[in-house]
Amino acid sequence: MLQKSKTENSKAVITIRDVNKSFGDYHVLRGADLDLYEGENLVVLGRSGTGKSVLIKIISGLLKQDSGMVNVLGKDVANLSPKELLELRLRIGFSFQNSALYDSMTVRENLEFPLVRNRKNLGKAEIAQAVETVLDAVGLSQTINQMPSELSGGQRKRIGIARTLILRPEIMLYDEPTAGLDPITCIEINNLINEVQERFKTSSIIITHDLTCAKAVGNRIAMLLDGQFQRVGTFDEVFDTADERVTPFYDYNFIQE
Amino acid sequence: MKKIVTRISQRFTNMFLELYRVHLFILKFFKEAFTAPFEGREVLRQCYQVGYRSLALISLTGFITGIVFTKQSRPSLAEFGATSWLPSLVGIAMLRTLAPLLTALISAGKVGSSIGAELGSMKVTEQIDAMEVSATNPFSYLVVTRVLATSITIPILTFYTAFVALLGAFVNVSTNESTSFSAFVQSFLESITFLDITASTIKAIVFGFTIGMVGCYQGFHSSKGTEGVGKAANSAVVVGMFLVFIEEVIATQITFLFRT
Ligand SMILES: Nc1ncnc2c1ncn2[C@@H]1O[C@H](COP(=O)(O)OP(=O)(O)OP(=O)(O)O)[C@@H](O)[C@H]1O
Ligand SMILES: [Mg+2]
Repeated sequence: MLQKSKTENSKAVITIRDVNKSFGDYHVLRGADLDLYEGENLVVLGRSGTGKSVLIKIISGLLKQDSGMVNVLGKDVANLSPKELLELRLRIGFSFQNSALYDSMTVRENLEFPLVRNRKNLGKAEIAQAVETVLDAVGLSQTINQMPSELSGGQRKRIGIARTLILRPEIMLYDEPTAGLDPITCIEINNLINEVQERFKTSSIIITHDLTCAKAVGNRIAMLLDGQFQRVGTFDEVFDTADERVTPFYDYNFIQE
Repeated sequence: MKKIVTRISQRFTNMFLELYRVHLFILKFFKEAFTAPFEGREVLRQCYQVGYRSLALISLTGFITGIVFTKQSRPSLAEFGATSWLPSLVGIAMLRTLAPLLTALISAGKVGSSIGAELGSMKVTEQIDAMEVSATNPFSYLVVTRVLATSITIPILTFYTAFVALLGAFVNVSTNESTSFSAFVQSFLESITFLDITASTIKAIVFGFTIGMVGCYQGFHSSKGTEGVGKAANSAVVVGMFLVFIEEVIATQITFLFRT
């Protein structure tokens, strides 16, 4: 069983304060506050379209908030120079909702890409070694010469995670790692997320709809409701409520009629 | 009536917004093209792609155009007993206009569309975002390399087209007159000038730049969904060809200023 509360005395690696973001008339994030503490797995729950992906895109600097502050590893993301932003991004791993593997490259080339581009001093052997290590960590060594189009959805997810791990990030952002996968593959991915936490000492934000996943990997849960994190705490704390915006999540996942 | 007016004004606003975005895109190209890191290897790889994709079609079209153009011009010249002018007539027409235009149009169809589709699908499936978060600048890795590749390769292909078309012309000439190949080439070379070559080279570079730029712009700004990818590929071809024709007209006017 996971250690459930390694929080308050650890230091925060991501601090989000009063963040707002709109697209046209649609006010997605409305004063969101959130902390991610060093070494923890924080699960973000929320309905489709509530801005979960938008939030982690803001964290990684792909989108800019309209107002509010986002501090990652001591850096104010919105006000970095392009060079500083590049350096920060090397320390953050981003696993995309649909894997986003480069489909003109083999699995090996996909994994090598971040290394070849960012670690110019590495030799061929070292790169091959690093590729093997992460591929082994996600349990897919046999796929090394395949094209992404030949992989199953679950395999693509894992290769996507491997590709972000290869730069040894301090923070991992997982966007719906188990969406659309069968229960057994989900369990494998959950185990992988926990393994990554232990082995690579990462702090992670995991976005999901899947409470089984949330329960299995989350040290804490944060629920995005109406553009704010209105319920934050351990799994039991978050779901100990009669709030009609929260209970359906629990009922759908755990109560079979 | 009022509806129509608002519709039209909206259209114009959108057009100017688009023009502004295109303008920014081009500026960004020049900024990124001259700042490190330089993607030499990727540029070479893209050059190979551009050449490889259009070579077969260009060879065929160039050769046939050479034969047909010569055959069609023959009767008019024969009326004046001037068929010996065929090599220079064909040569000038090819080098000045037909070769650059043919090459650009074929490349717009083959290369422009595939750049649009490739970048469009990378955009839609978040591969471009993925590249960005893994600390690679997608603009310099994807756009700058492709635009440089088309700007370099299309001029080369243009001279290749002219060469193949001349071979085609020679096939027609040699079946009608007993001209040797060296005499044919000789009379072609005598008729062209340094200005012809320079003007065609510059024109071909501009065409190449346009085709690469349009393909990349459409791909980078394609809307979400698979439909967006198709649209990006399609407008890469349509807009690319349209701009090439406009540039051809302008370029012809400018070179005529130099000739007189
Ligand atoms: N680049 C963008 N431009 C315009 N609107 C956007 C953009 N990105 C997101 N949105 C809008 O913001 C809202 C939140 O999107 P987001 O992708 O964050 O949802 P989500 O919480 O991740 O949902 P899901 O669980 O379905 O992935 C959506 O309504 C979407 O239409
Ligand atoms: Mg999402």
